Amino acid sequence: MSDHSTETRADGSHIGRSQTRFEDQALLRGLGRYADDLATPPGTLHAAVVRSPHAHARVLSVDVSEALALKGVRAVLTGEDVKRWAHPFPVGVRGAPMEHWCLAVDKVRYVGEPVCVVIAEDRYRAEDALDLVRVQYEPLKPVIDPEKAAAEDAPVLHDAVGGNVVNERHFRYGDPDQAFEDADHRVSIKVRFPRNSCTPIECYVVVGQYQPATGVYDILSNFQGPYALHSVMARALNVTSNRLRLRTPPDSGGSFGIKQGVLTYVVLMGLAARKAGAPVKWVEDRLEHLQASSSATNRVADMEAAVDADGRVTALRYDQIDDCGGYLRAPEPATFYRMHGNLTGAYGIRNLAVRNRVVLTNKLPSGLNRGFGGGQMYFALERLMHQVARQLNLDPLEVMRRNLVPADAFPYRTASGALLDSGKYADTVDLALRDGGYQELIQRRDRARAEGKLYGVGLCAVVEPSISNMGYITTALTPEQRRKAGPKNGAVSTATIGIDPLGGITVHVSSTPQGQGHQTVVAQVVAEVLGVDPASILVNVELDTGKDPWSIASGNYSSRFAGAVAGAVHKAALQVRARLANIAATMWEADAERVRFAGGKVFIEDGPSLGFHRVAGTAHWSPALLPDNESGGLRETAFWTPPQLEAPDDDDHINSSLCHGFIFDYCGVEIDRVTGEVHIDRYVTCHDAGRLLNPMLVDGQIRGGFTQALGVALMEEFAYGEDGSFLSGTLADYLLPTAPEAVEPLILHTETPSPFTPLGAKGMGEGNNMSTPVCIANAVADALGRDDIQLPLTPSRVRGLIGIDEPPAPEGLEPLAAPRAGGPALQARDSVVVPASPQTVYDTVLDPETLRAIIPGCHALELEGENQYRADVTVGVGMIKARFAARVRLSDLDPPHSLRLSGSGDSAMGSASGSAHVTLVELDNGHTRLEYVYEVDVGGKIAAVGGRMLQSASKIIIGQVFNRLAQRLTGKPVGGGLWQRLRALIARLLGKGDAS
Amino acid sequence: MHAPAEQRSEIELELNGETRHGRTEPRTQLCDFLRHDLGATGVHVGCEHGVCGACTVLVDGVASRSCLMLAVQADGRRIDTVESLARDDVMNDLQQAFSRHHALQCGFCTSGILMSCVEFLQRVPTPDEAQVRDMLSGHLCRCTGYTGIVRAVLEVAGQRQSGESQQNASENPNDV
Amino acid sequence: MKAASFDYVRASSKKEVLQLLHEHGEDARILAGGQSLMATLNMRLTQPKVVIDINRVEELNRIRNESGYLAVGAAVRQVQLTDRAELAREVPLLAKALPWIGHFQTRNRGTVCGSVAHADPSAEIPLCLVTLGGSVVLESLKGKRREVPAAEFFQGLLTTDRQPKELISEVRFPLAQDGTDYRFQEIAMRHGDFALVALALCLRADGAHLGVGGVADRPVAQTLPLGDELPAALNTLAWSLGAQDDVHASAAYRRQLVRELGQRLIEEPSHARPR
Ligand SMILES: Cc1cc2nc3c(=O)[nH]c(=O)nc-3n(C[C@H](O)[C@H](O)[C@H](O)COP(=O)(O)OP(=O)(O)OC[C@H]3O[C@@H](n4cnc5c(N)ncnc54)[C@H](O)[C@@H]3O)c2cc1C
Ligand code: FES
Ligand code: FES
Repeated sequence: MSDHSTETRADGSHIGRSQTRFEDQALLRGLGRYADDLATPPGTLHAAVVRSPHAHARVLSVDVSEALALKGVRAVLTGEDVKRWAHPFPVGVRGAPMEHWCLAVDKVRYVGEPVCVVIAEDRYRAEDALDLVRVQYEPLKPVIDPEKAAAEDAPVLHDAVGGNVVNERHFRYGDPDQAFEDADHRVSIKVRFPRNSCTPIECYVVVGQYQPATGVYDILSNFQGPYALHSVMARALNVTSNRLRLRTPPDSGGSFGIKQGVLTYVVLMGLAARKAGAPVKWVEDRLEHLQASSSATNRVADMEAAVDADGRVTALRYDQIDDCGGYLRAPEPATFYRMHGNLTGAYGIRNLAVRNRVVLTNKLPSGLNRGFGGGQMYFALERLMHQVARQLNLDPLEVMRRNLVPADAFPYRTASGALLDSGKYADTVDLALRDGGYQELIQRRDRARAEGKLYGVGLCAVVEPSISNMGYITTALTPEQRRKAGPKNGAVSTATIGIDPLGGITVHVSSTPQGQGHQTVVAQVVAEVLGVDPASILVNVELDTGKDPWSIASGNYSSRFAGAVAGAVHKAALQVRARLANIAATMWEADAERVRFAGGKVFIEDGPSLGFHRVAGTAHWSPALLPDNESGGLRETAFWTPPQLEAPDDDDHINSSLCHGFIFDYCGVEIDRVTGEVHIDRYVTCHDAGRLLNPMLVDGQIRGGFTQALGVALMEEFAYGEDGSFLSGTLADYLLPTAPEAVEPLILHTETPSPFTPLGAKGMGEGNNMSTPVCIANAVADALGRDDIQLPLTPSRVRGLIGIDEPPAPEGLEPLAAPRAGGPALQARDSVVVPASPQTVYDTVLDPETLRAIIPGCHALELEGENQYRADVTVGVGMIKARFAARVRLSDLDPPHSLRLSGSGDSAMGSASGSAHVTLVELDNGHTRLEYVYEVDVGGKIAAVGGRMLQSASKIIIGQVFNRLAQRLTGKPVGGGLWQRLRALIARLLGKGDAS
Repeated sequence: MHAPAEQRSEIELELNGETRHGRTEPRTQLCDFLRHDLGATGVHVGCEHGVCGACTVLVDGVASRSCLMLAVQADGRRIDTVESLARDDVMNDLQQAFSRHHALQCGFCTSGILMSCVEFLQRVPTPDEAQVRDMLSGHLCRCTGYTGIVRAVLEVAGQRQSGESQQNASENPNDV
Repeated sequence: MKAASFDYVRASSKKEVLQLLHEHGEDARILAGGQSLMATLNMRLTQPKVVIDINRVEELNRIRNESGYLAVGAAVRQVQLTDRAELAREVPLLAKALPWIGHFQTRNRGTVCGSVAHADPSAEIPLCLVTLGGSVVLESLKGKRREVPAAEFFQGLLTTDRQPKELISEVRFPLAQDGTDYRFQEIAMRHGDFALVALALCLRADGAHLGVGGVADRPVAQTLPLGDELPAALNTLAWSLGAQDDVHASAAYRRQLVRELGQRLIEEPSHARPR
């Protein structure tokens, strides 16, 4: 671990130095300029989005009249407007005629999907109007599980597609079948990788403007790239791409891939501005962000390894399903293909078979998320390697070692086509074992186990790809389809250096950083080349597609900064230096080769010397003095693209990324037998990311990614109910690690420079998001001796793996609820005794007056048909209340024995439906016991923010109905609620006084 | 005070040492008012339900979530935000330590964290690491993994104890 | 995420609060620390017509050590109790439980009575109040001042015996009794989260009075025998709570923690992790 004092170097070099950040002053003083901090044009309106409470439903009608009538509301953008002005987003796979519009036009396919946009004078008023938009839905059966979605009989999301599998590809490299046939062992594993998100603390922001005179959409957003998506947005806006001017603010509050997903809202707010005839600003709130921004893709992977007797893996077979949610949003299905070249990880495995299926389910569309594709892939591969060791009774470390790509093989072409640029994997492993104290860790484990503790050690090796090939995504297409579409490849990065008449240096890069410190590193690179003080350089990272240089690979993703962007900066700086050297050489009638740049001076060793600003100023002030090949002015733009990033070939080989770092991690965990809590005792992470440009920032990236990965391993999951309701709508439900949960990893480095990037640097910002989840999972597997490890490893889940051997419930205390798999979210039973005969009870229930009286908070009840009513009800618990427009129905009538009472409704807080089957049992004393079994589905905001409380809340509300019925029959409140009965029972069982 | 719904009532407060006025509806969150009416955009908003801590400011010297307060509640109160920390363009010891220890990346969580630290170090001048982490549990940082933050706070606490660092000017309103 | 409109009244006396409650009843909400109310307002999960701010009502901001109990007024913040040096002697269970509530920043504003009024099944203060056999004092303009035992006050999820026109003017925690050992333990997903299971214990030579939070729809306390009979009694208690599955933990897990952590807490004091 390096100590990050701000060292200065005698030789004035800057690259590789732990320079503290130039960004910090502004950010620490609250002077950052994030998207929501920037001034907006006068008259800017504010948007709020009407969102679907249903996971899957047909939109029958949208009535905005009441909303429009509200004071302060200026317009409402609906699906009709969108159909008129816009197009669906282009989709990255062929043959799937799926339409993804920026607003639902026919159906909604996930909870939170935008249905309309209300535009008002301020956000508060816009939200007032949300409650007044009336949307009628016809709920459809949702499908949440990706394997079920892939099945023949699953509900279909996109009727035009006809099924939910929107892309399927099979790949074979080498001869996997033969290898499996010849194998001494076959080891397999099936894993699921959950949905999660790196959730930046700043949410999406969009300010849309439309200029009718030119037809230009001018949109500011904290979009992060890739700018290949600019074309997707322009196509959706139905304009030529020069008519979408997309701008980013100076600062961004984190992204980690997630802000790629703002692209839908860029289009939406452009259209909203057009509709309102004024600029429109939208600031996403946290609830919107969690349910409807973007997330990692969840995956189901079946994997198999062919293994020889000494643990050498000769072939791998992947059978994977990626769940991309309700729509295949660009750049999906990239989660698969980003990793396609390096599917064999750090291992020299020559035979590979792959089946990739992309399915749609009723969840939010997935997208980029730090570690993109790697968390998923390595979870399967490295769990499998661990399993190989277990099954063959070998040391997992030994199995990994035997399979690593040897140092003399680099650059190494993998089976599926990646060109691993450089590395010394075995040496890096040795370094990590030595400097991280592996032997001692193993002893710790043995000691802990001897003391009866649950302790495990996990390992993993990861090849971390960076600088994506813009053509990798076309691996999802067949070679024929690719031929038709034209080749896609490369990864163009851009940088511009401008020097003004007084020698001030301004650099522009199209890298849209989100906190990584690009300004500092860019200044370091330019300062080193031009021999000036890095603090004197200003770096501008705002990107304006209307006037800045950019290309499709622009943006902040695939860890492309250090390798590609800093490389382009270096190239531009060299161009500037060459011109300045030429100018100085002409002045001094010397050879340009001899001109040096250092200490803010331009000089010739033991010869003439001028201030940097003087030489640079010549280009502006005295162009007449310039050499003939100089035209004056001083601004250089460099574009850089690596030749190694070729389009996929006809055999589907793809060099999906330019650089491949190497990571070797191991950790020791201790598990509390009772609580199931996983304590990370030690974590060692060793990185080879090529040349490090600023070690302090590198370690910062590692710690941040590591902590996110810790969350993935232990607590983070976007939870969906079986009914498609989203259950992680607040930051109290979707749990991110806080400081007490965070652990400090031991960070180790080794540097094998990349031969393919100008500075020898590789990307490194995502490695731990790929390695850490599986490393911890392997440690837990080791501690528990279990194979079926699923993330996140919450205390409850881990305790479940340890085993809960419950003593039976005392008589009378058996649990009342027995949720049925695949059924509604909430299910339970209860009963109440009333002093009346079943017939009386039955007749009372069928009486509309009674119904009105027993439905809690019923303001009005109107007959709609036989035993069918329309009701206006306010229901809730405690201070939480919602007003529903509901339908109530009595059915399955079997007087006086049983009936079904059901209700469903929508409110501004979401949708709810419930149904209770009631049986009337006559008791010996002539009284009746009403037994009811009920099921409740809740969707929208209530489910998203109330997850922890839904069960109890439905119990209370349903209980109210029957207690009120009892009350009506007896004229007084009935005691004997569940709790009272239980108390009496416990007291009896314990032979003690009443429980308090 | 009675502030009727949908009407903007006049309030007065002391923001970073200056008396400020504004008109606000009862339902307006304090963070919105500070940012959009008074221009204190250093106050950040990350969740509006009290969990992320980005909006933390000092209310009469006490670290509080400004998304969980109404602007009208700040009437007559002293509010300090991150903008109050630097003096004459010089960052205070805490801010400098944050930079040295790379305790921020995107910086979105940082202003709230700094304000919690201001009060915390007054209440607990010689904290241990567990106490610092406990205090930080009220903040979410997605970028740093917290290590740099913990180190910065511990270092400043040590320096202040040994008198190596002054929390910039002594007229700092946060000195109680 | 912005609240619907409401009238705001900053009350200056308890009388004024009671009058306003009398006038508006169900339509009014007391704004105490706002650490629960404000989030639900922002999310529009609650839409009162009137918000009554009690933060500046001096007479409600009192902590009194009476004979037998500690009375905590409606405007007293949680931090005022954590700052109170005598608390560890007066109500040791509460002193141990308070640091588990949320975070220092939320305790800075959240009130003790607000937590009781809100009646979250996982909340620590209601759990202590029930376990210690404390009470809640309710006042209204026209009605009688009532003192309700905590065990009767909490009626279910976010549901209490408080009537719409009533103010919780104070809550009363019985003072420590000689010969009783007070212990507190909690398991949450993260530091400061609402408890998956919280246990509060008053241990005497002849028995254990164990309170459980986070499992049933309200805090529940039960006297348990010590010795050989304890496991069976804990099992009965565990099953009786009607534990339910949610996204963070299974019902079986919660029951098991009641049994095993309960046993640990009663028999091995070192397992009460302080915070
Ligand atoms: C991030 C975070 C984490 C938290 N973690 C925890 C935790 O781990 N454990 C825990 O117990 N709590 C936790 N809380 C909640 C916190 O403790 C609240 O402060 C408390 O529940 C409510 O108190 P309050 O003073 O803020 O009340 P408010 O939010 O002002 O009010 C809550 C409810 O009670 C009513 N009310 C308040 N006072 C009275 C009164 N005197 N008479 C009648 N009605 C009244 C209000 O009208 C409202 O309905 C957390 C909060 C946050 C933001
Ligand atoms: S915005 Fe206030 S705590 Fe998150
Ligand atoms: S620095 Fe980005 S969230 Fe903390």
